Amino acid sequence: MLLDKSILELLTGYKNKSIDPVDVINEAYGQIDKYSSKLNTLITVRDKQEVLDFLKTLDSSLPLYGLPYILKDSYATTELRTTCASKILDNYLSPYDATVHKKLKEAGAILIGKGNQDAWGHGASTENSDYGMGKNPWDPTRVVGGSSGGPAAAVATRMCAFAIGEDTGGSIRNPAAWNNISGLRVTYGRVSRYGCVAYASSMDTVGPFGKTAADLAIILKVIAGPDVYDGTSAPHEVPDYNLELTKTPNKLKIGIAPEMFGAGLDQEISNNAQDFASKLAELGHQLIDISLPVAEISDAAYYILAPSETSSNLGRYDGIRYGNTRDLFTQESMRRIMVGTYELSSGYYDAFYRKALKIRTLLIKTFQKAFEQCDVILLPENPIMPPKLGDLISDPLANMLADLYNTPVSLIGSPSLVIPSGFHKNGLPIGVQLVGKKFSESLLLGLGHQYQQVTEWHTRSPQL
Amino acid sequence: MKAKVIITTDQVKHLAKLAALPLSDDRLKKLVGQIETTFEYVQTLEKTDTTTLDETNQVTGLTNVMREDIIDDSRTFTQEQALQNAKHSHNGYFVVPAIFVAEDN
Repeated sequence: MLLDKSILELLTGYKNKSIDPVDVINEAYGQIDKYSSKLNTLITVRDKQEVLDFLKTLDSSLPLYGLPYILKDSYATTELRTTCASKILDNYLSPYDATVHKKLKEAGAILIGKGNQDAWGHGASTENSDYGMGKNPWDPTRVVGGSSGGPAAAVATRMCAFAIGEDTGGSIRNPAAWNNISGLRVTYGRVSRYGCVAYASSMDTVGPFGKTAADLAIILKVIAGPDVYDGTSAPHEVPDYNLELTKTPNKLKIGIAPEMFGAGLDQEISNNAQDFASKLAELGHQLIDISLPVAEISDAAYYILAPSETSSNLGRYDGIRYGNTRDLFTQESMRRIMVGTYELSSGYYDAFYRKALKIRTLLIKTFQKAFEQCDVILLPENPIMPPKLGDLISDPLANMLADLYNTPVSLIGSPSLVIPSGFHKNGLPIGVQLVGKKFSESLLLGLGHQYQQVTEWHTRSPQL
Repeated sequence: MKAKVIITTDQVKHLAKLAALPLSDDRLKKLVGQIETTFEYVQTLEKTDTTTLDETNQVTGLTNVMREDIIDDSRTFTQEQALQNAKHSHNGYFVVPAIFVAEDN
């Protein structure tokens, strides 16, 4: 398939006329027609003729010329409705574009659809969607992961050249691992959140999904940078991530914390991460023991702060200026809103919300200490393999534990790259997390690229 | 914090009222247990001593971010755009549910 090719190969092919972007777009629509409604991958698909007409208007020298992409349905777009997978926004057509969408459009990429997700980002499975439970392309009886499950599956099934997810407590990382693709949670503030439906504003981040770390580098360069419409966007200069890929040294110190490989972690996932570490050692990197006794407290603190923030953020959906009435929230969203309301109420604020804010300081200090000893921290991604559809939906505890290795990174604002690292004996893919200091995306992508140069896990796609 | 969080049906009803969430009886029943489970989980933080720690409210390191005090026309909605997603509008206004209703009505 043309869409098995990397972004660089596609762009080079467009330039030397060996590949016609029309063929790539046709191929993407072919995959959408075949699999999207079967797997509940996309919520809304753009009219193909409109896309092909738009392609004709584009300047072929643009950096992402002609590349078809999928956005998580949490991004405001003027071309397609934005539901955030909730019937509350079933017919909502935004009068403005999210900054990430605007930047991609201006770079020549073409939006072709909006991906399924847990409504409002509430979940780690895409089961809590009002548009059908997202199914895993590697085994459709299992969850696709989430909350950005649709965009992740769209990359895995070659419905697009790349996709944009949103990660608050693991929503890019979890489905990247369960779909055998690469995904990047960026440093908080690296990419503008303007036009992204807010879940927990102090942790929401906008990031790319792709087939390789190199693909992510190309996309990140386009979407990163300060934005006057987002006061939390970072003023830091945007490096040429693609050029930096090959500059990453092969003598990095890789920190591994035994506490992060304890109870609750699937044994094969644990072994897989160890194998991954050995491969990095073969490449010349040095493995270092560090201490990070933070998984449980992070997850608990996250599940105080995120519901508190979401109870406030979702207060705006009153059905007056836009959208439908609040009875249409899913049970999962109602639980989170009410938990947050309780934690922020007088008498409980100190015990829950303020306590969690202090835990956040403790985490930042613990990670600072760890980063004095190493450049990158290797963590498992998911503690378990994707459950059967419906299993997580009625089990809030299991749902929260799915984010065990994700939430520490979310709370400290660091970037984290997830890349494919092998397969479980049940045939499903496994991924690992590479976590760095703030604004170390170049280093993480470079390390991921080194690994992908000598392995082939990332080249496999699901046999549908 | 108390040793064990017990969430009652009345409390959940009260929370639903505060958050303006209409709850069916079936959902109410399920949510009582789920909310209790959530609190049992997050209460594990009690074991961690945080007395000497400051709070972290945000991780950007930025303070007092200002924009220029000028009108940005590219971000101004027309009245039509502002109303395009409203279910009920009248003469260019949003229609909202009444809060005060005269007694003799």
